[in-house]
Amino acid sequence: MSANPSDIAVAPPAKVERRFSERREKLLSFLQNGPGMFGLILVVLFFASAIFAPWIAPYDPNALDIPARMQGPSWAHLAGTDQLGRDTFSRVLFGGRVALKIAAIGVSASLALGIALGIIAGYGPRWLDSLLLLLFDTVRAFPVIVLALAVVAVTGPSLELVLIIIIVTSVPGYARLVRTSTLALKNTEFITAERSLGASSSRIMAKHIMPNVVGPLLILGAMDVPVVVTVEAGLSFLGLGVLPPQASWGTILNEGYLAIRETPWLVIAGGIPLVLTTLGFTFLGEALRDVFDPRLRKGR
Amino acid sequence: MWIYTLKRVGLSIVIVFSALFVLFALLRFLPGDPITIALGPRATPEAIARYSEKMHLDDSTLVQFLVYARNALTGDLGTAVFSERSVATMVFEVLPFTLLLSVAGLGWAMLFGIPLGCFAAVRPNTLLDRITGIISIGTIAVPSFVVSIWALLFFSIELGVLPAIGAGEPGDSLDQALHLILPAFAVGLGWVGYLARMVRASMLEVMGENYIRAAQAFGLPRQTIIYRYALRVAILPTITLIGIGFGGLLSGAVFAEIIFGRPGVGRLIFDSITGRNFPVVQGAVLVITAIYIIVTLIADLVVAKLDPRVRESL
Repeated sequence: MSANPSDIAVAPPAKVERRFSERREKLLSFLQNGPGMFGLILVVLFFASAIFAPWIAPYDPNALDIPARMQGPSWAHLAGTDQLGRDTFSRVLFGGRVALKIAAIGVSASLALGIALGIIAGYGPRWLDSLLLLLFDTVRAFPVIVLALAVVAVTGPSLELVLIIIIVTSVPGYARLVRTSTLALKNTEFITAERSLGASSSRIMAKHIMPNVVGPLLILGAMDVPVVVTVEAGLSFLGLGVLPPQASWGTILNEGYLAIRETPWLVIAGGIPLVLTTLGFTFLGEALRDVFDPRLRKGR
Repeated sequence: MWIYTLKRVGLSIVIVFSALFVLFALLRFLPGDPITIALGPRATPEAIARYSEKMHLDDSTLVQFLVYARNALTGDLGTAVFSERSVATMVFEVLPFTLLLSVAGLGWAMLFGIPLGCFAAVRPNTLLDRITGIISIGTIAVPSFVVSIWALLFFSIELGVLPAIGAGEPGDSLDQALHLILPAFAVGLGWVGYLARMVRASMLEVMGENYIRAAQAFGLPRQTIIYRYALRVAILPTITLIGIGFGGLLSGAVFAEIIFGRPGVGRLIFDSITGRNFPVVQGAVLVITAIYIIVTLIADLVVAKLDPRVRESL
C-alpha cells in the first residue's frame, strides 16, 4: 500500500488514540469555561428564537392594532407596542430571522470567497498576489459604515445590498490570513512531495492547502457574526438597510429612537437581543479560540 | 527605516488612488444616470452642460477618472447639488467636530483601558483578572450605536443630567464639553475593552522577559517596573490597534453624530444621502477615507520606528 506523503505529514495513524483523548480534553476544557458556556447558551437561544419565531411569536409581527398603539410592556404585550400598535416582542423575534439570515449568508459567503482568494494569492504567481493584496488593502481603506453609506447613496437601500457590502468588506480580512498560512505551507515538505509526484496546482490548493487553513478561520467566522449583525442593524437603524414594514432589530431601534420620549421600551427591546447576540458569539468565539488554538491560548 | 518609509508611503498613495477609483466607479458603473445622481433629478440644462464640461463626460472613462483624481487631489471636491456650495468647504467646516469626538472617545478609553489592562496583567488568572476580562469583552460586544441610544435615553431623557442634542453653544466651552460627554462615552466604550485586552496580553508577555526579572532582582519598586519598563514595550501593539481600529472609531462617530444631532462629517453624509446630494457624500467619504489611510500610515511608521522587525515585513 502506497502512502500519500501529505497523510504522513498531517495525520500519522499511530497518533489516533492520542488525538481522541486530546479532543476529549479540549471538550472538557470548553465545558469548564464559564463565559464560553454562557455564550453557547445565548447563541443557541438566538438560533432557536429565530428559527421558531413563527411558532413562538404571540402576534403577527406586521399586524396593525391602532387602538393598542404605544402601550408599555404588559402581560398582553411583553415588550409593549409601537406607534402602529404592532407587538414589539413578536417583531423582535422576527427581527432575529433577518439577523440570522444575514449572519449565515454573509459569514459563509465571505469565508468561502476569502479562502479561495487567499489561497490563490498565496499560491499563485507574484503579480496576482500583489494585485489581490492591493484590492484587499483598498477595500480595507474604507471604514465599513462609510463605504456602505457611499454605496447606498447611489443605489438606494435594500437587504441584498447590505449583504453584498458585508461580504465585500469581510473578505479581505479572511483572505489575508489564508494568504499568510498558504505562503507558510507552500514550501513545506509534503507540498513539495505532492508537486514532485505530479499533482496539479488546483489539486494541491483544494486537497492539501485548504484543509490546513480552514480550521482557525471557522472560529474567526463565529467571532465575526457580531460584526455582521451589527452592520445590518446599524444600516437598518439609519433607514439604509432593511426597509419597513419588515421587522429587524435595526428598524425597531429606529422606530424607538424617533419616538424615544413616548415609547422608550422600543429602544430597549430592539437593543437587548442585539447586545445578547453579540455577547454570545463573542464569548463563544473567545472560548473556542482558547481551547482549539494553542498559540493564542499560550499568549493569554 | 527610510526604505520602509518610502515603501509604506508609496503603498498609501496607491491605496488613495484605488479608493478614488472606487468612488469614481460607484457613480459610473452602478445602475442609474451619473449626471442625475450627481446633480439631482431637477438639474437645469445649463447645470448639466457645465457639469459635463467640467468632468469631461464626453471623453473616455480614463480621462474622466484622471480629471476627477486631479480635482480631488487639488482640493476641488465639486459643488453641492442645490446650494452649489463648495463640497470641500462644507466638509472641512464640520470635520473638526468629528475629529474632536473621535479623539475624545479614544482619549477616555485610553485613560481607563490601559490601566485596566495593567491591573489585570499583574494579577493573571485571579478572580479580579477574570472579572476584568468579562467586563472588557462585554464593552467590546455592545454596538456603539446601541450605547449611544441607551445613553441618550437614560442620562438625557430619564435622568436629565446631560444635554442630548447638538454640540453646545458656540463660544461656551463648558456647554460644548457637556455636550461632548455622552457621544464620547458611546464612541469610546468599546475601546476600553479592546485596549484593556491588548495591553493585558502584551504586558503578560513582557513581564516574563529577562530584563523585567533583572529589575525585580535589583529590588526596583513594583510600580516603577510596571509603568516605566514593562508598559513602555507592551504599549507597541496598542499603537497598531489604534491605527487599524480608527475606521471603527470613525464609524462610531458617524452614528453618535446622527443620534445626538451633532454637526460632523457623519451627519453631513447622512443628511446628504437623504437629500440626494451625491457630490457631498462622495467628497465627505473621500476625506474620511483619506484620514483613515493617513492614520493607519502614521501608526505603521511609529511601530516600525520602535520595532525594527516590522520594517522587514513589507
